[in-house]
Amino acid sequence: MSAFRMPGMLSALDRKLLRDLWGMKGQALAIAFVIAGGVAVYLVAAGMLNSLEDTRRAYYDRYRFADVWSPVVRAPRSLLADIRRIEGVQAAETRVRSFALIDMPGMDEPVTGQILSLPDIAEPAVNQIHLARGRQPQAGRRNEAVILQSFAEAHALEIGDRIAVTIYGGRETVTVTGIALSPEYVYAIAPGQLVPDPRLFGVLWMSRDALAEAVNQDGAFNEAVVRLGYGANENAVIRELDTLLAPYGAAGAYGRDEQMSDAFVSSEIDQLRTMGSLLPPIFLLVAAFLVNVVISRLIATERDEIGLMKAFGYSNAAVVMHYLKLVAVIALLGLVIGAMLGTWLGRLLATVYTEYYNFPLFLFKADPRVYAIVSLVTAAAVGGGAVMAVHRAARLEPATAMIPPPPTDYSRTIGSNITRLTFLDQQTRMILRQLVRFPVRAAFTSIGVAVSGALMIGTLFFIDSMEEMIDTYFNVANRHDVQVMLMEPRGRDAYFELLRAPGVLDAEPYRSVAARLRFGHRKERASLTGVVATAELSRVVDLERRPVASQPGGIVLSQDLADRLGAEAGDVLTVEVTEGRRPVLEIPITQVTTTFIGSAAQMHIEDLNRLLGESNVISGVYLKVDPAKTDVLYRQLKTTPAVAGVGLQSIAERNFTELMDQNIGMSIWVYSAFAGLIAIGVVYNSVRVSFAERQRELASLRVLGFTRGEVSYILLGEIAFLTLLALPLGAALGAGMAFGLSQAMSSDLFRLPFIIHAGTFGYAALVVIVVTAVSGLMVRRQLDRMDLVSVLKSRD
Amino acid sequence: MDDDAKDDHQNRPAALGCAIAGTSVNLPGIEPATCFRSSGLTKVYGSGHSAVHALRGVDLELPERELVVLLGASGSGKSTLLNILGGLDRPTDGRLWFRGEELTGASQRELTQYRRRHVGFVFQFYNLMASLTARENVALVTEIAEKPLSPEEALTIVGLEKRLDHFPSQLSGGEQQRVAIARAIAKQPSVLLCDEPTGALDSATGVRVLEALRDVNEKMQATTLLITHNAPVAAMADRVITFSDGRIREQKRNEHRKDPKEISW
Repeated sequence: MSAFRMPGMLSALDRKLLRDLWGMKGQALAIAFVIAGGVAVYLVAAGMLNSLEDTRRAYYDRYRFADVWSPVVRAPRSLLADIRRIEGVQAAETRVRSFALIDMPGMDEPVTGQILSLPDIAEPAVNQIHLARGRQPQAGRRNEAVILQSFAEAHALEIGDRIAVTIYGGRETVTVTGIALSPEYVYAIAPGQLVPDPRLFGVLWMSRDALAEAVNQDGAFNEAVVRLGYGANENAVIRELDTLLAPYGAAGAYGRDEQMSDAFVSSEIDQLRTMGSLLPPIFLLVAAFLVNVVISRLIATERDEIGLMKAFGYSNAAVVMHYLKLVAVIALLGLVIGAMLGTWLGRLLATVYTEYYNFPLFLFKADPRVYAIVSLVTAAAVGGGAVMAVHRAARLEPATAMIPPPPTDYSRTIGSNITRLTFLDQQTRMILRQLVRFPVRAAFTSIGVAVSGALMIGTLFFIDSMEEMIDTYFNVANRHDVQVMLMEPRGRDAYFELLRAPGVLDAEPYRSVAARLRFGHRKERASLTGVVATAELSRVVDLERRPVASQPGGIVLSQDLADRLGAEAGDVLTVEVTEGRRPVLEIPITQVTTTFIGSAAQMHIEDLNRLLGESNVISGVYLKVDPAKTDVLYRQLKTTPAVAGVGLQSIAERNFTELMDQNIGMSIWVYSAFAGLIAIGVVYNSVRVSFAERQRELASLRVLGFTRGEVSYILLGEIAFLTLLALPLGAALGAGMAFGLSQAMSSDLFRLPFIIHAGTFGYAALVVIVVTAVSGLMVRRQLDRMDLVSVLKSRD
Repeated sequence: MDDDAKDDHQNRPAALGCAIAGTSVNLPGIEPATCFRSSGLTKVYGSGHSAVHALRGVDLELPERELVVLLGASGSGKSTLLNILGGLDRPTDGRLWFRGEELTGASQRELTQYRRRHVGFVFQFYNLMASLTARENVALVTEIAEKPLSPEEALTIVGLEKRLDHFPSQLSGGEQQRVAIARAIAKQPSVLLCDEPTGALDSATGVRVLEALRDVNEKMQATTLLITHNAPVAAMADRVITFSDGRIREQKRNEHRKDPKEISW
């Protein structure tokens, strides 16, 4: 028949389709938005994953980012040839690295800096920099440096500006010749920090000869960096490097997994992957369920029309296509909204990313494949839900379809005996029988609402968890205000000197050495820290926030380290110290405890010094400072030659909180909105369908003299019951999801504590209840407008 | 809810409520009181060119306890009148009294109360709750009525005492309609309004339903109005009103009511 249609004219069926859609626009939109939620989340996660991975790969390749770093104390440059000969090494470079304190004018706080050498002749074979502006320092020019772009921007530094730097105890004034980015500082954080603060951390690149001279590394290097060949065995290369460089004070080579910047980028990528694989399926399953319910109802309503169409000679396929087309329009709408929303959110998120991750160019770009995948998966999920409903339309015989359906059979429903209980009133009985008669639909509705609550709990949990993490880390475990790191181990007098410094209220020394912990055949690099027995300012605490004091002669290990070593309390660890005289020690683990941030291997400072065969030396001091006198203290620290770096707790905490508010805060509100969408989609559609199915009964009740309130009870009682049922279910699902996320999102860098505040449950429950109430009231308005007479006199 | 509030502001007879509240008195042996009285009842659906005049000024006086059959072609106005009498619809113009109290101008809430206390409805399509058994369908009404029969009594009156615990899906069409009648009478209504109660039934089953309605009218003395397309049914009535084009064309009284068994169509 379509052959005879005028071009541009809609067929009668298509016109019916458009009217059907218009008639169910609220429901169609609700479903489209749930689909859009899934599509958007997938696009953001997959697109961002895509962008981040592609950008990182291209950046690392182009600038020859190292695979292995091997710090040493001082090794002759001639070793480079030996390093290059190691099997699996594709390229190698040696360089000089040094800590520095930068004194920025107008700023009290000392800025921690890292200085790296650049070869004087050619570009480095490994770890090149991306020079955004300016030029490299001239060979041997001690007063020139290229600086990290984020640091330059934070201080509005331009080429030609001069900065005062304390290098190896000597104060230098350095002129900025260039501004650069580096694959080593995509996520640029000072040692021991978690969140980048470009104001307080800077990186400088200087001429090799000039830097070597300044830090007493003439003709030598203190770090080798290596790029591996394709398919090379990283562990084997690390072993070879350690053996080769052991005589020169090798602290132990490490791979990208321990390179701070890359570890953070990788952790972000893992989180995106988790998010991208966990959430979209939830949305699409809900959408499939909604499509199924709504289309089933539509087909039931249009039963006689379907009979008529078939009687007129429309084929089964034509009827099925008609309804599938309707679903396709809804799915397409969801896809389009989702694609726009996802792209917009992705771009928004990309701008947030560029604040924390420094790439030469970072754009949110979802691969066409990502769009293709999300379209296919959406089509499959929604189509699946539709086909299950539509095959009922195909099965209808025209003759049966045109006579009214018999009343739904409730006589053989399991559980109907329970509903015969005499104390029930008839309305409640109707609600309960509906539930036991259509248990699958009731279950899915309840689960759908529960999922939306769970999604909210699962995302809001991050706030609870992070707050706990921050509070424990900054206010219970690390109660100092300032951490002073010394250039090299010093005698006890350095501690007393700092204790007497202006504004210092209290001080605690610590000793820290690089070490390899070995248990059985497993090995882990760690920093072994010695603290005073009565440590107050910086200590290890357990999950209940109780300080865990190390026992004399023993070591306290954080859970993550213990897990990676496969060790537990009572085991004896082999500790290969990779500094100084490099002793190999056997130390028992006295306790294992979970730390939220970083790892810990801690013991008494006296024990550690004794085992190292050293007298009373310290690596640094934790200070408690009078807030009114910090500026004086900072000024003094900046000019103290022995100080290698300074960690400022309050600023670190503020940075962490800001990161949370901005980065995580945004995603939390986005996800809460999506969770709300699911709740609206499920509840609104469920009530609408229920209303459509029961319209006749509800009208009958009105005629029998039931008030609107009494009639609403039947309509809304069902969804209220299912919502109430969903609350504990959602709480359990949400807790499960939070637990799963706390595991999945935890990394070597930090562990998310599994903590959900009562307020989070309350908030999620409140949102679900409000959404249910609003959706219910929207449908109730239709109940109020219902034309009793026409409903009752029409055939079902 | 909004409608209710609006209605409360409309002017309406101050005394309304006494009859609606169910305190009307009929003294036996005296000329039966008037159940419904109307003057100039008019109902127009829509407006302008599309306006449909369903009722064009109906004046009527129906005594208590009568069984009245309304005849007429489709669209003649009989259903509209029934709906207005039952408080489901409101006239566009004219006035209507139930037991001397004016119904025109009553609020939605008052009409709901009126239906709840006084009116029993039976429709062509039975409109039972599929999820409730016969007994429970009737209990739905007895739970909110003031002096109801028990569901079992009501179902016995319509001859369904053996089908109390059957769901609608387990009952025949005639049985379902009789449950609907039992549901309508269980509250002991003052008026029983039936809109083509036999319309969906075969003749034999229809007769069974008509018998049930006659029994109810006789035993419970409810004023009964019955719309039908089947002219022979008129023979069972006290009074027959024929509608045409929104007006009463003819009104006559039967000297003898026929037994439904003697009727066939």
